[in-house]
Amino acid sequence: MSETVIPLLQPAPQPRVRRVRKARRVADRMMRIIAAGFTLMAVTVLFWILGMLIVKGVSGLSLATFTQTLPGPGTEGGGLANAIVGSIILTFLGIAIATPIGVLAGTYLAEYGGSSKLANLIRFINDILLSAPSILIGLFVYVILVEPFGGYSGWAGGVALGIIAIPVIVRTTEDMLRLVPASLREAGAALGAPPSIVITSITWRAAKAGMVTGILLALARIAGETAPLIFTALNNSFWFSPTLLGGVSNLPVTIYQFASAPYDNWQQLAWAGSLIITASILLISTVARRLVRGSK
Amino acid sequence: MGANMGPLKDQTVANRASVHRGVSGGLFDPIFRNASFIAALLVLVLLAGIMISMIVGGWPAFREMGFGFLTSSVWDTQNDKYGAWPAIVGTLSTAVIALVIGLPLSLGIAVYLTQLAPPWLKQPVATTIELLAAVPSIIYGMWGLFVFVPLFATYVQQPVSRIVEGMPVVGTIFYAASPSGLGILSAGFILAFMIIPFIASITRDMLEQIPSVLRESAYGIGATTWEVVRYVLVPQAGISIIGAVMLGLGRALGETMAVTFVVGNANRLSASIMDPGSTIASRIANEFNEAIGLQLNALIALGCILFFVTFVVLVIARLLVARVKRY
Repeated sequence: MSETVIPLLQPAPQPRVRRVRKARRVADRMMRIIAAGFTLMAVTVLFWILGMLIVKGVSGLSLATFTQTLPGPGTEGGGLANAIVGSIILTFLGIAIATPIGVLAGTYLAEYGGSSKLANLIRFINDILLSAPSILIGLFVYVILVEPFGGYSGWAGGVALGIIAIPVIVRTTEDMLRLVPASLREAGAALGAPPSIVITSITWRAAKAGMVTGILLALARIAGETAPLIFTALNNSFWFSPTLLGGVSNLPVTIYQFASAPYDNWQQLAWAGSLIITASILLISTVARRLVRGSK
Repeated sequence: MGANMGPLKDQTVANRASVHRGVSGGLFDPIFRNASFIAALLVLVLLAGIMISMIVGGWPAFREMGFGFLTSSVWDTQNDKYGAWPAIVGTLSTAVIALVIGLPLSLGIAVYLTQLAPPWLKQPVATTIELLAAVPSIIYGMWGLFVFVPLFATYVQQPVSRIVEGMPVVGTIFYAASPSGLGILSAGFILAFMIIPFIASITRDMLEQIPSVLRESAYGIGATTWEVVRYVLVPQAGISIIGAVMLGLGRALGETMAVTFVVGNANRLSASIMDPGSTIASRIANEFNEAIGLQLNALIALGCILFFVTFVVLVIARLLVARVKRY
């Protein structure tokens, strides 16, 4: 009896197994191709954007781009000189505001706050600020600095950029300080140094590369921010006042205003500005990444 | 949080050590401590300040329009009648489209980077994906407007409109009355590429944190890579992937410049995702500099709505992700 059963049963499962295997293999192959394809797609988009900027931006670059000011409507030529200088001033103003606040707040979280309720709340809120829409920060600064003081100003722009940079610096500073081995702090304390001295001359020094990286990342983050500047620094076709009161010209808002303008030279300048700003930001981010990898 | 205990304990040791100090050291110490405490409190003050300024700035519009501000579709600057509904719908629909497109792409990228890529390719590809996050929003807008939109109009909008014209439901949602390429769907596509680096890098970190024993045992019983991903890795990383998605959603909701370039900035609501629309952020960016009086308050009130929506989304996201390494 068993002789009849076995030959009947044996061939039955085999093709089934093979069929399942093939389906599994096909599913696996499909997933690999799809995952690689998606990755290729995202990489392509980055190179497409860079390629577009180089093709359209380089032709707009000339000496005049760096020496002349923004052209008025319908006038020939012109350059981005005031926008470039304005952008640099606003960005560094933002970093100058954000660095002391961000580094001190990050230091509090890493060195004093521990895992107290307040410190955890600050961490949580900081993480939320990190991804808060930049347009809201622009509106906030408009309400507190532009409306009451009667006009757009570079200071308001700098403050808006600073507020965007603060959470980035807080986060990286705390993360980097936590990487410093506790034995270094203990050694400092054993020599009789108070916490402030231990932090400033031992912990900060040990985490320096990481903290600088955080500041560079914040710099890269705010250098291209446009939305908050529309409500704060706006723009200016001419050299802005050295007091930074009134509109201060800057690259992002210039690009926004010039990109779809009906004048050829405006569009060219928008492309040139896009190339300059993207190249600088990618350069800063790459340097920051190098620093992190070097310090590890 | 267990890792926090070490430095905390050391700190109390250092605190005790500071008791016997000279005058100068004794003075600098509390100053430094208080300065860093105040700086940390400033983070809380900032968020509270944003919240309060949005409510106060938008209050006249809320008071004037009442609850109708949320539900009305009228945006009439002549008669000072404002309704947020089209902008709210536009914001939500662009963000949802961005997620629908961006999530599978991000998961694919995370799986490729952690499971499939040859070791020499991993780092360069990961860096490239992360650089996508460094490209400023306005550059995405330029790329969207001058490269993506014309291609989208010719190769997607026009053929799709021709096919779906007259069909029920599909004909309404995908029909473009004027196939210019600008619209809600285009904005969703651009947003998708902007949120990919965030979702992909968090998911990648999550996948890397899963103990390799789990993966190895699955391979050991004969699972294919796809099965390992589907039945072992994704369930393990589950909740944090949802957190990453919420984080991406938070980004997409508030994204301004790129959307303003490609969304078409139409004030009326259309049933078709191929038609131009507007989002809260694009509406604010577009009209703010010319706005006066109640319109200005209405725009800040829009900002207030955006604040509360993104705040809720981001709180959920952060609770789910619970401190991943980077952002």
